[in-house]
Amino acid sequence: MTGGVEARAPAGERRWIGRSLSRVEDHRHLTGGGSFVDDIAIPGLLHLAFARSPHAAARIEAIDAEEARATPGVEAVLTAEDLSALQRFVPMLNRPDFVPVETPLLARDRVRHVGEPVALVVASTPHAAEDGAERVRVTYERTDAVASIDAALAEGSPAVHDDAPDNLLLDAVFKDDPEIDGVLDGAALVVEATFRSSRVTAVPMEARACLAEWDGRTERCRLHSSTQVPHIVRTSVAGLLGLPEHRLRVIAPDVGGGFGQKCVVAREEVLTCIAAQAVGRPVKWVADRQENLVADFQGHEQRYEVRAGFTEEGVLLALDAQVLTDVGAYSNHPFTCGVEPLMAAAELLGPYTVRHYRCRTRAVATHKTPMAPYRGVARPQLVLVMEGLMQRAARRLGIEQSEVRARNLIPDDAFPYTTAAGLRIDRGSYGESLARCVDALDLDAFRERQAAARREGRLLGLGLSCFGERTGYGTEAFEQRKMAMTPGYDIAQLALDPTGGITLSVGTASHGQSHETTLAQIAAEALGVHPTVIDVRQGDTDQSPYGWGTFASRSMVVSGGATRKASLRLADRLKHLASHLLEAAPEDLELRDGAVVVRGSPSHSVTLADIGRIAYLEIHRLPAGEEPGVEARATFDPPGTFSNATHGCIVEIDPDTGAVAFDRYVVVEDCGVMINPMVVEGQVRGGVAQGIAAALYERVVYSDDGQPLTTSLMDYLVPTASEIPPVEILHLETPSEHSETGAKGMGEGGTMGAPACVVSAVNDALAHLDIELDGLPILPEQVLTAIQRARA
Amino acid sequence: MNDVHLITITVNGRPSEVAVEARRTLADVLRHDLGYTGTHVGCEHGICGACTVILDGEPVRSCLIFGVQADDATVETVEGLAGDDGLDALQESFSEQHALQCGFCTPGFLMLATALLRANPEPTDDEIRDAVASNLCRCTGYQPILAAVRQAADRAASPDTAGSEGNGWGVWEPHVDVPREAEQPGGQ
Amino acid sequence: MKPATFEYHRVGTVGEAVERLGELGEDAKLLAGGQSLVPMMNFRLARPPALVDISRVAELRYLTREGDTLRIGALTSHLAIERMDAPELLDGFSFLKEAAHWVGHYPIRTRGTFGGSVAHADPAAEWCLLAVLLDAEIVARGPGGERTIAAADFLLGFLTNALDPDEVLVEVRFPRPASRAALHEYARRRGDFAIVAAAVAVDVEEDTCRSARIVIGGVDDVPVRIGEAEAALAGSRLEAEAIEEAAQAAARAVDPASDIHGSAEYRRHLTAVLVTRALGEARGSEDGARSKNGAG
Repeated sequence: MTGGVEARAPAGERRWIGRSLSRVEDHRHLTGGGSFVDDIAIPGLLHLAFARSPHAAARIEAIDAEEARATPGVEAVLTAEDLSALQRFVPMLNRPDFVPVETPLLARDRVRHVGEPVALVVASTPHAAEDGAERVRVTYERTDAVASIDAALAEGSPAVHDDAPDNLLLDAVFKDDPEIDGVLDGAALVVEATFRSSRVTAVPMEARACLAEWDGRTERCRLHSSTQVPHIVRTSVAGLLGLPEHRLRVIAPDVGGGFGQKCVVAREEVLTCIAAQAVGRPVKWVADRQENLVADFQGHEQRYEVRAGFTEEGVLLALDAQVLTDVGAYSNHPFTCGVEPLMAAAELLGPYTVRHYRCRTRAVATHKTPMAPYRGVARPQLVLVMEGLMQRAARRLGIEQSEVRARNLIPDDAFPYTTAAGLRIDRGSYGESLARCVDALDLDAFRERQAAARREGRLLGLGLSCFGERTGYGTEAFEQRKMAMTPGYDIAQLALDPTGGITLSVGTASHGQSHETTLAQIAAEALGVHPTVIDVRQGDTDQSPYGWGTFASRSMVVSGGATRKASLRLADRLKHLASHLLEAAPEDLELRDGAVVVRGSPSHSVTLADIGRIAYLEIHRLPAGEEPGVEARATFDPPGTFSNATHGCIVEIDPDTGAVAFDRYVVVEDCGVMINPMVVEGQVRGGVAQGIAAALYERVVYSDDGQPLTTSLMDYLVPTASEIPPVEILHLETPSEHSETGAKGMGEGGTMGAPACVVSAVNDALAHLDIELDGLPILPEQVLTAIQRARA
Repeated sequence: MNDVHLITITVNGRPSEVAVEARRTLADVLRHDLGYTGTHVGCEHGICGACTVILDGEPVRSCLIFGVQADDATVETVEGLAGDDGLDALQESFSEQHALQCGFCTPGFLMLATALLRANPEPTDDEIRDAVASNLCRCTGYQPILAAVRQAADRAASPDTAGSEGNGWGVWEPHVDVPREAEQPGGQ
Repeated sequence: MKPATFEYHRVGTVGEAVERLGELGEDAKLLAGGQSLVPMMNFRLARPPALVDISRVAELRYLTREGDTLRIGALTSHLAIERMDAPELLDGFSFLKEAAHWVGHYPIRTRGTFGGSVAHADPAAEWCLLAVLLDAEIVARGPGGERTIAAADFLLGFLTNALDPDEVLVEVRFPRPASRAALHEYARRRGDFAIVAAAVAVDVEEDTCRSARIVIGGVDDVPVRIGEAEAALAGSRLEAEAIEEAAQAAARAVDPASDIHGSAEYRRHLTAVLVTRALGEARGSEDGARSKNGAG
């Protein structure tokens, strides 16, 4: 049995799917019983600290570690010299327009960003390790740094890498429609604009942490790491260490948020293993907040130069785009620095039916911290671009902004819809979500209120953003990325134990997403058991099937699909075994309330615990030749499926300070079948908070010479409960045809939609002043300056 | 040489003697010397509040106090909240309102809100928001945390209304709780 | 982010503290609430070789009224000011209670101290502004006994005060009530240090402003009094035009620096906005002074 759409239980008959069950995860976190990497205590544990580059660009003339080694408590100091036997770490895309560059584990002859690790120090306490790290004497000869897209692309600017003299690590023409210039020339309205997004960083509340220990008995390394992708880490770290993979066990225990920052392999994960091997004792490294803000992966620094042609009715005909992404000094593995530029080019058009498209997309190397996926990956930016274009067209053509969007959204009779960029978008509720959002905000009443407020000198604005969220994509989609490894599928394994307990092992790795609860709901639905009977195992490469981890809003579709398929197989196996015990045909049996029951004859049943006991402990009671055990395994590898949503908000701008305050924030979202609506809403609210943060508060700032200026949480402004408004959420449900449960992924939508929505609202508030802001974040000072200029 | 001091500290009612280097913070001492790892460390400069504990009755950032300063002090941590009869009202409200996702910031918010509700058992929504704004959470968007504190306060004020109260932050559908004792696998 | 090594000394009295400071030399630092010092030590931006912990010196934890004067023991927590409820304390000083609410966050206010904040001498700190605004006197005790320093003379520069290395700040005195005082701040997030803060106090008799005081924080190394703005109000009826004139005078007088939180020009603009708002409130209030934080 393969599951599939027709095998899904109709909504009315669902027992566990669709219910806001409280989370299995909660109890341990509420009682202090969680186990994060830094909570792990091991006898003999040593601590690691890094000496990191204070310069953005410099040659290393000499490293003197003598004083560091002599520091009380210090056990070892390693520099690049000590790593010469290792494989080189070169993130790779197999495409001709990509320039591979090495990420040195420890800097050898050059440093290319502030915070680049230069030496590692192992000591008896974290304090002593820091004492040692500050005594590593490095003689640097500073060189000129390039710290912005413009600086990196300027004529004669220094090259970050010798292999990329023009500082381009990727330069791809994604689509080149030969008719586009003609269409643009003939368009009734051509909008030209440049949209910018500042660099931001994920700031998981738990910064990255690793604990490595070598087990002398088994000659294996065990790496505890705060990662979203344990198997990717195993494959990559084992490769760099030259180990067969079975000699490395990677465990992601409780992980305190990731948001993409932890879905790539960090140098520190490799180096902690190396350090533990070098000193022959377990070694732990816990990034402090300064390291997290300065040296861990960042993202979202993009610029879009676009030209868009509209009809007089506001229909978007053609879009010509140049995308520039500041990717920092190195590529990340395995996604590489192509992740944002290529996402931007593939998905820029969003849910709009523009037919003529051209896009050149470039990854620009700078002397800044490397970029990695961060929640949304280019989509918060491209939604900003498309919504900004819609709003400009509305303003120029004198059409209400919601109406312009409605005229361009994929119509309900056009699914599946293939975009001009070649993406296939499955059925969604694009038009309806927009209409519901406009209704929820009562646009007509708002316009009256806005006009009245303006007469009093108050500035109210209503913003909208419409978008689709590509989720749950499988091998076929990732293959097009040409990565060194091709993620996509995931595997679920189920086993009944002799007491009737069921273990579900998956290759995804929840770090806040509640999979221990939601995957259990999926399995429980198919197996007719209570969800608490299912124990979800994840995050340990010795216990989980090979899998790709949790990122890109993939887990509920891919792992959830595998879970459902495996559960249905386990159900078949249970029925098969029960058919012997009940002397009934398997097709006359059903699973209900923890037992296999003869349909229509509830007194004839056998519990799962009885089946488990017999299948393992009393196999003699089954016919000869029957295999012991009750297990099932399944893989799911979907083509991908699009969630959709419309965000709407009403803001008020303080004309004295430029500050933006929220009156309302509404999300109308459609992620297909909701496995657990409470969890869905949690993802929406958290995502919106990060989106608002990027819209109004957060930005990583560098000086012109590449010094980071936002190195504490006093300067990098993660908003608090006082800044984030309540979010009203309305749900639509268009079940996916491409997932086993009808669910679509939805982990990033909140972050994707919010920045554009907020910018839209601010611009709406300032429309009468003819102000159009187009960068993230919008700072109060910029708003104020724009108002002052408009009134001057 | 390192400056080490012998201190006596009472954590969740249990006194301990421990030798601490002067530069170890209270968070270090609780977590790594005494094993109370429920208190988390998120920034070490007093902004995120993940390390919030209750020291001699008041909420503090345990990353901004040296362990040696807590000599003879009484500390309450997240490990001490639940009683013999299970989670306390605030913990239950956090779960019901989905006020935690990754769980890393949760102990800090619980201790912060515990202190708030002791000092001010009937806080206004604004007072709750002001207090909750002391700490950072990256997962929830805060609204569920505000709702959880509101709910815990309301339940304490009128215990009969458990689970049925709406509140200013808009709680979603009536919550479905899973009784653990019910529907266990049959045939034990 | 682990502090460098230091020697820790706990003292029980001011006398012991002074003695210990004398023994340890000028690099030793006092540790009171630690809410500013410890983060700097965690970043290793401060690395004192020795700390003298005065946090348990009970004699420095008090709030008393003597006639017009409010005496605040140096170790009085921000929270104690926020919870101040005795009418004899509040009379004429309710602005302190209101302002306390804007000092950091709740778990910072439990631990941070009034004297520690003044001694830390951050130019945007609420207590520093109010001390300068209302001519507070800083009482310091050293080996030679006590001396009193005017707040304006105490705050010498960015994070720099007038204490000798072996002196302890023991008390801050507000010599007279201010029935019409207000503090307005602008910060991006709740609880952050103000980008700009304005503190004002006005004496009003029969609807006429006899005198006014205006102090701006966040625009210089120390809180600055703006005489030109004060002059614009004296003799006025605090009508909108006079307030506007004072606000513009203040904006002209300040010379702020730019940083990532705001340009000089923005700070100058905010100065006028906050002076206007603070004066509007002080005008309207009679000992009901409110302080506001315009977060955004």
